[in-house]
Amino acid sequence: MEKHALLIDYKYCTGCHSCELACRQEKQIASQDEWGIKLAEFGPEKLAGEWYWNYVAVPSSLCDLCESRLEEGKKPACVHHCLAKCMEAVPLTEVPVRLAELGDGVAVFVP
Amino acid sequence: MTMDKEWRVEEGDLIRTRTCGWSPPGCHPVGCGMFIYTDKDGNFVKVEGDPDHPITQGRLCPRCLAMGEFLNHPDRIKYPMKRAKADRGKDKWERISWDEALDILETEVRKIWETYGPEAIYVSKGTGREATEYAPPMAQAVFKTPNNAFMMSGASCYGPRTVIGDFLLGAGYPELDYAAFFPDRYDDPRYEVPKYIILWGKSPLQSNPDGFFGHAIIDLMKRGSKLIVIDPRLTWLASRAEFHLQLRPGTDAAIGLAMLNVVIGEDLYDHAFCDEWVFGLDELAERVADKTPEWAEPITWVPADVIRGAARAFAMNAPSSIMWGLAIDTQQNGAQAGQALLALGAICGYMDVPGGITLALPSSFMGRWTYETLQFVGEEVEKKRIDGEEDHPAYAVGPYAHPDSVLTTLETEDPYAFHMFYFYASNPIAPTCYAEPERWYNAIVKMDFNAAQDCFMTPTIMGLCDLVLPVSFFPEHDGFVLPHFGRNTHFLGAMNAAVDPGEARSDLEIDMIVGKRLNPEAWPWDTVEEFFDAQIHTQYDWGFNDLREFGAFQQPFEYRKYEKGMLRPDGEPGFNTPTGLIEVSSSIYDDFGEDPLPYFMEPAMSPYSTPDLYEDYPLVMTTGGRSFVSFHSEHRQIPSLRAIHPDPLVTINPKTAAKYGINDGDYVLIENPLGKCVERARVTNEVPERVIHAEHGWWFPEDDPEAPNLNGVWKSNVNRLIPMYKVGVTGYGAPYKNVLCRISKADGYEAGAADPALYEPRASRGPESMTNGPSQPASYEVIHPE
Repeated sequence: MEKHALLIDYKYCTGCHSCELACRQEKQIASQDEWGIKLAEFGPEKLAGEWYWNYVAVPSSLCDLCESRLEEGKKPACVHHCLAKCMEAVPLTEVPVRLAELGDGVAVFVP
Repeated sequence: MTMDKEWRVEEGDLIRTRTCGWSPPGCHPVGCGMFIYTDKDGNFVKVEGDPDHPITQGRLCPRCLAMGEFLNHPDRIKYPMKRAKADRGKDKWERISWDEALDILETEVRKIWETYGPEAIYVSKGTGREATEYAPPMAQAVFKTPNNAFMMSGASCYGPRTVIGDFLLGAGYPELDYAAFFPDRYDDPRYEVPKYIILWGKSPLQSNPDGFFGHAIIDLMKRGSKLIVIDPRLTWLASRAEFHLQLRPGTDAAIGLAMLNVVIGEDLYDHAFCDEWVFGLDELAERVADKTPEWAEPITWVPADVIRGAARAFAMNAPSSIMWGLAIDTQQNGAQAGQALLALGAICGYMDVPGGITLALPSSFMGRWTYETLQFVGEEVEKKRIDGEEDHPAYAVGPYAHPDSVLTTLETEDPYAFHMFYFYASNPIAPTCYAEPERWYNAIVKMDFNAAQDCFMTPTIMGLCDLVLPVSFFPEHDGFVLPHFGRNTHFLGAMNAAVDPGEARSDLEIDMIVGKRLNPEAWPWDTVEEFFDAQIHTQYDWGFNDLREFGAFQQPFEYRKYEKGMLRPDGEPGFNTPTGLIEVSSSIYDDFGEDPLPYFMEPAMSPYSTPDLYEDYPLVMTTGGRSFVSFHSEHRQIPSLRAIHPDPLVTINPKTAAKYGINDGDYVLIENPLGKCVERARVTNEVPERVIHAEHGWWFPEDDPEAPNLNGVWKSNVNRLIPMYKVGVTGYGAPYKNVLCRISKADGYEAGAADPALYEPRASRGPESMTNGPSQPASYEVIHPE
């Protein structure tokens, strides 16, 4: 199976925490001290006169991008449930094309 | 997009049941599509979003994704329980059978019926949950009392907007057009993307209000919609808006008047639409002629050019749309703010056009049945409803008791005494609902008998009740999801039980069980399926089992229904108002003692109405902003959700925090002449320097549950700072989001602790007591001079 990257079009990430809960359920992470993906928040601050307020979800070492789900043709649990539909799992070779399509404000993780 | 006919299938070792979510635990009737997986023994395994659901398309919010944690929570109420009246406030509950519970309830209700009359029973209902449909029938068709309501002061949630809508618009609930009626959604050829969306006092991402799927806003932003956000808070959406009108809380009507001044004054409105479908434009034009953005700036703290720019952008970019939020309800001046907002959408020609504001003839489903159960009360008893008729005739034409008048009646026993409270999906002493909560608590604790139905033990039940019935979670019962409660319902969703509820039952099942004991003629159905069939058959020739196979049934929809006779029960073109037109000047408000045109009035407690008070309490406090991980007072005991948001937060601007020596995370004492509470500081630019935002709905399930502590329900209770009975002329609207306060650093939550037994009520119980400032124009005080 081809290795995938997690793309987050974070200009649309609303900080809803669905990815965190979806991951917790899928990976059966019971301890609140552990996580498979976690939101980081930046702002709100005025940068050059414009508001800057972004969330980005960062996968942890427990993340395998739901390899078993990908093999079944499903999306990773976080991607599947993302309320803003701003996450996707993309084969590494297709990342540059997809990044070009999504424009500014995108993060790439290869967990 | 189509959904499979099979709603329950085997998938490997598991059983997969499709359902549409509602409550409990709490949410609005969004009807999110999901699959619930159970094992061969019926145990819950996991939940997964249904990618074929037309609205949510696989997405789920964190509250549903924590389903396993609430289904198996040790604190849930699993069976009926009783407690001696003398032990109210003590954790001395005793498990009993359903039969015994029903015997107790029946005996107590019949005793009150015979001794005092059914009107002495009060049903205090919660918000948004399935209870919205099923609590009024419990009052009217089971207990036969006309006295029930959602109990915010001024009924300040949804009711004001729907009633303003009924009076002026006559067309259900006006909702942003997000192509929700169309199977192909945004790709439907009839649809257009709104150019601008005004989010007025609304944060739909977190609140999913009344059945609107909040993240549809993101869907539309991706498709090009721009935002105009009218909100005292810099929400995340406001940070991405073209225009953010960061107004002083409670001045929405002034914003609305100024926007109308621009749109009418600069001749930016839709003349063709107004000529045919709008009543009272000339009078409105005259009213707003001097309400310039420059007039509004010192009132609202919003720069005139921002108001003017937003008004122009909205009016000059067709189609555009407006969503109105709870902030319209939570102010005395809300009826006027709502009137201005509806007028703005109407005169720009955005009503029921593609990409505008969808309208509807309220449907014949449960929404109507819910209110028609009033027939079981009987005319004589109905007249005894405590609805403030003399003071607020506009309110009394509605379906509910008037919460402020009810509190006065509780305390004065005039015109009669209440003897029983029934809490239906509601934890009102936790600060979601009752303002001045200690007054309510002290009045209700005197009742002969109190009971509740709920899924978790709450401070309200622990403090006040003698009997509690266990309510099943939505994955455990069959149900019928009705977005917007039937007032503008894009689809009907089938809720299918997937997990064994044990002894718990759904709200509807409890209505039926108790109803068959107390008033069987109102409850002819033997199963919920029979009931749902009867509801669906009022409009369609198929039934509940068909709905299970449809999954989500999107109702037929047409634009410009007013041209086609589809908004009036009589089938005539136009709107369901007295004039048949959208009334920007009301033809009926005069009968209610209300100004037919929108006007601005200062909040009762504000920098300008109470300047002396403002010297001691120099901050404006707004409340009620929602979090993704809770529904008002719910979900506080769900570990994964609480870990994300462990503490009640008061949002303070960095400059203000520095002035008071408060750092991020500090405990903060918030106080005003009415009361105090403690929350923890979130120091951020989300609020301007003169405003703080304090969260509502907080209690601490991990704290001592017994009275007076009651899980710490008084410590962070922001509604202790909110007055009862500061409502508008219509009886609607109260200042939950606009009072004054001061802040100081505290050592911990204990600084907010209280014992209701030591509570000293204000000298006056009535509506004239809160402020030391002048009376407001057209306020209760003017109508009732001392």
